Amino acid sequence: MKANIHSIETMGLFDGPGIRTVIFFQGCSLRCKYCHNPDTWTTKQNVLHSIESLMALVMPYKNYYEASGGGVTLSGGEPLLQSDFITEFAKALKKEGIHVALDTSGIGMNNKNYETLLNFVDLVLLDIKHYSKKGFHDMTGRDNSNLYSFIKDLNNSDAKVWVRNVIVETINDSEEYIEKFKKFTDQIKNIDKIELLPFHKMCNSKYDALDYSFPLSNYNETSQEKIEFLEEKLKNII
Amino acid sequence: MFNRGRWNEEINVSDFIKNNYTEYLGTDEFLEGPTDRTKALWEKCEELLKIELAQGIYKVDLDNIAGINNFSPGYIDKDNELIFGLQSDEPLKRIINPFGGIRMVLNSLDQYDLEVPATLTPFTDGLVKTHNDGVFSAYTEQIKNARRCGLLTGLPDAYGRGRVIGDYRRIPLYGIDFLIEEKKKDYKEISDFTVEKNILLKENLKLQIKALEEIKQMAASYNIDISKPAENALEATQYVYMGYLAGVKENNGAAMSLGRVSTFLDIYFEKDINENNLTEKEAQEIIDDFVIKLRLVRHLRTEEYNELFAGDPTWVTESIGGLTSDGSSLVTKTSFRFLNSLNNLGSAPEPNLTVLWSNDLPKGFKEFVTKLSIETGAIQYENDDIMRPVYGDDYSIACCVSPMATGKESQYFGARCNLPKALLMTFNGGVDEIKNIKVFDQINELRTDGFLDYNEVMIQFKKVLSEVAKLYSNTMNIIHYMHDKYAYEAGQMALHDTEIKRNMAFGVAGLSVIADSLSAIKYAKVKTVRDKEGITEDFIIEGDFPKFGNNDDRVDNIAVEVLEYFINELRKHKSYNGSKPTLSVLTITSNVVYGKKTGTTPDGRKKGEAFAPGANPMHGRDQMGAIASLKSVSKIPFKGVCEDGISNTFTITPNSLGKDENSRVTNLVSILDGYFIDNAHHLNVNVLDRETLKDAQKNPHKYPNLTIRVSGYAVNFNRLNKEQQDDVINRTFHERF
Repeated sequence: MKANIHSIETMGLFDGPGIRTVIFFQGCSLRCKYCHNPDTWTTKQNVLHSIESLMALVMPYKNYYEASGGGVTLSGGEPLLQSDFITEFAKALKKEGIHVALDTSGIGMNNKNYETLLNFVDLVLLDIKHYSKKGFHDMTGRDNSNLYSFIKDLNNSDAKVWVRNVIVETINDSEEYIEKFKKFTDQIKNIDKIELLPFHKMCNSKYDALDYSFPLSNYNETSQEKIEFLEEKLKNII
Repeated sequence: MFNRGRWNEEINVSDFIKNNYTEYLGTDEFLEGPTDRTKALWEKCEELLKIELAQGIYKVDLDNIAGINNFSPGYIDKDNELIFGLQSDEPLKRIINPFGGIRMVLNSLDQYDLEVPATLTPFTDGLVKTHNDGVFSAYTEQIKNARRCGLLTGLPDAYGRGRVIGDYRRIPLYGIDFLIEEKKKDYKEISDFTVEKNILLKENLKLQIKALEEIKQMAASYNIDISKPAENALEATQYVYMGYLAGVKENNGAAMSLGRVSTFLDIYFEKDINENNLTEKEAQEIIDDFVIKLRLVRHLRTEEYNELFAGDPTWVTESIGGLTSDGSSLVTKTSFRFLNSLNNLGSAPEPNLTVLWSNDLPKGFKEFVTKLSIETGAIQYENDDIMRPVYGDDYSIACCVSPMATGKESQYFGARCNLPKALLMTFNGGVDEIKNIKVFDQINELRTDGFLDYNEVMIQFKKVLSEVAKLYSNTMNIIHYMHDKYAYEAGQMALHDTEIKRNMAFGVAGLSVIADSLSAIKYAKVKTVRDKEGITEDFIIEGDFPKFGNNDDRVDNIAVEVLEYFINELRKHKSYNGSKPTLSVLTITSNVVYGKKTGTTPDGRKKGEAFAPGANPMHGRDQMGAIASLKSVSKIPFKGVCEDGISNTFTITPNSLGKDENSRVTNLVSILDGYFIDNAHHLNVNVLDRETLKDAQKNPHKYPNLTIRVSGYAVNFNRLNKEQQDDVINRTFHERF
């Protein structure tokens, strides 16, 4: 069994706790307007890895995981699109005592059950694109139905959850949005925190290279002040 | 006054420390800011530094030449200094030292449009022979060719070799009179002159005794009596500085490092504070004053030297922390105070603050130093856990990365040789590819019209390395014989044991270029492209190959193999004065100069392009992130192979290290812990933005204190030339979007 991999980052400091090796899986069905890795969208073959070869890549950094409380993060692209592989891979990582994080939008394949996978995941970084069906579609070009079945599987597991949302000024940076977003997340059980991520435009060159247009190129990057303001609001909502 | 021990029976500073120091396990909250006096004094210095930056140098002392007691006392602000002593009679005024070589002095004077003083006449008339004269009278054509083409660069044959650290702590601990008496005893004991080295040793001891007398007189000119042991913290600090100052009045070695003084001095500070004779603010003030003096050390250099060792470095390296052999931390409050000078006086490249890291260091200290790193980029880290088994628990770092047991060992500095050029000589029959000079007769040209065969290349390359090793050993033996003869560091050696061990410190440059080049030949297909003279001018590379910096054993092992082979070849040759060959992977800023002098290499690097510094992967080739890069470098073996040090520079933007100060500190501590668990040796840590550097390049006046770390030392960014600055900006920045 092989997986289609985009790239590997050994100093992941923003992908879960501690120092992490991040595996970026190739392929994503969403087309988020703010995506900073559009080169991960295509399912065209990039680099293929077996469980063994990926394990050989991540195991050497065990001393860093141990020194920092880190581990391995499965990201992308959308890792759920290669769920058979990541289930086996996460299982192998757990066997070695390594902390596993899954960085996902929650939009996997239709009618797929992710309970088995989530048995081997310690932490889910759940990037919820929008709380409403319409908002979701506007932002990603796709339907959000599969998110609900993923949340159901998530609630049936012991995995911890960090919810994430990218904030784009004038689109979803209002207090009203934050209130409704928080309400939406109430249906998820084991949330440890909600992280608001600022939209940035450092990926312009990637869009140019692919000859894609960057839908939000005319929008400003989100300021740190805005993020802090919204995080305060979030804290005050019971 | 102090706990007794072996130090009362013999000269043993380490024993004194272990019996008397106070381990500090707390945080930085006890630290105090600068006093108004300190601030005013440092401001005066900053005015002078501005002038110096604008002119290149401030002034030169044309009335005297180098020597321990050859200068009138000098002051910054006599009534407001706590620690006294300058190299000459004015701060930042540089000394003429002709003993290393007269031509270099004349070049420097000419460069700054200064008249040649009469004091130099015996040298210019050839009456007094210098180290440089001696060396060049012995150098063969082959050695001269090797230098000319850049196969060997930076050799201390025209300037002081440095890498000697006197144990300056002996002066406050024992007083100069006692040290003189001990040397006199050693002197008397030598009487068997059938053993030739005893003749030189007897003469050297005479010089050492004279030097100790001169240090005493020099101190007396500042109204400081160092004949007896120090009785308090101010005296202890002053006496340590007097010892160091004597060293930099007598010598102009590239690296004039301080040693490992903070834990020693803390014993006096603790005593004074416990006896209510000193407050914390006063304690910090003494250290700040000492650090100010260390920041003012200067040497007169040539343009050529400045190209190699950019930014006016002096490598006043202070080694802080570490553990004792039985695992106790050596961190004290003065360890914190020394580092706190970065807060109190602002960031600066000197003294070269070096933290001896162990995972077992106290948490409060680890968090303090990493926080400072993130704020100033002025700290480097070295692995105490791998150095302690080899060098004990009282070693000091000389220059950037080179350890030796303080007062018991010395180094014979040898700069470095150009490994990629050695590979090109393999293809070109021992001929230099840029200047077309033949350096090695015995090398058969590796000629093939097809793809290069890795095994064949390795066999021939190893032959070249063997020849380089022989040439390098011969060169070093000449240099250090002559340096001992014409520029003996009496003032520093007087503060060593009479019988010491010596390391012959060889070095290599271009490690990642050589690893990637050989990897290309092995895993891809490489063909040479030759010019009309038959010299390689380019390489055609078909296919992909693993590159150093991605934690890939296939190429990382090649780097290790080359180093192991080279040190073993060096060991085959008898080394001057019983010294033991050691090896470093370290370039300072000479990676730029080396690159300029080296043709296109098989890894894709083009002619003239800079090498990576030290043991760093080549710019941009580490594709899997910073930790993979650190892993590759950590495979380079310290023990038994590179015991003179392995330098690695790590540059990251603050936002990429964590989203707030706490997470940045935590992450940096984790990175250092993980890296050193892998037995890596050294890490320069720069935390800054590429944009900041670009802005500093355009607007230097906005960033007068911008300190960055390059391969083993910190430098004021403004003092680098544009090329060197570009090199730093182009280096791999670990960034996260």
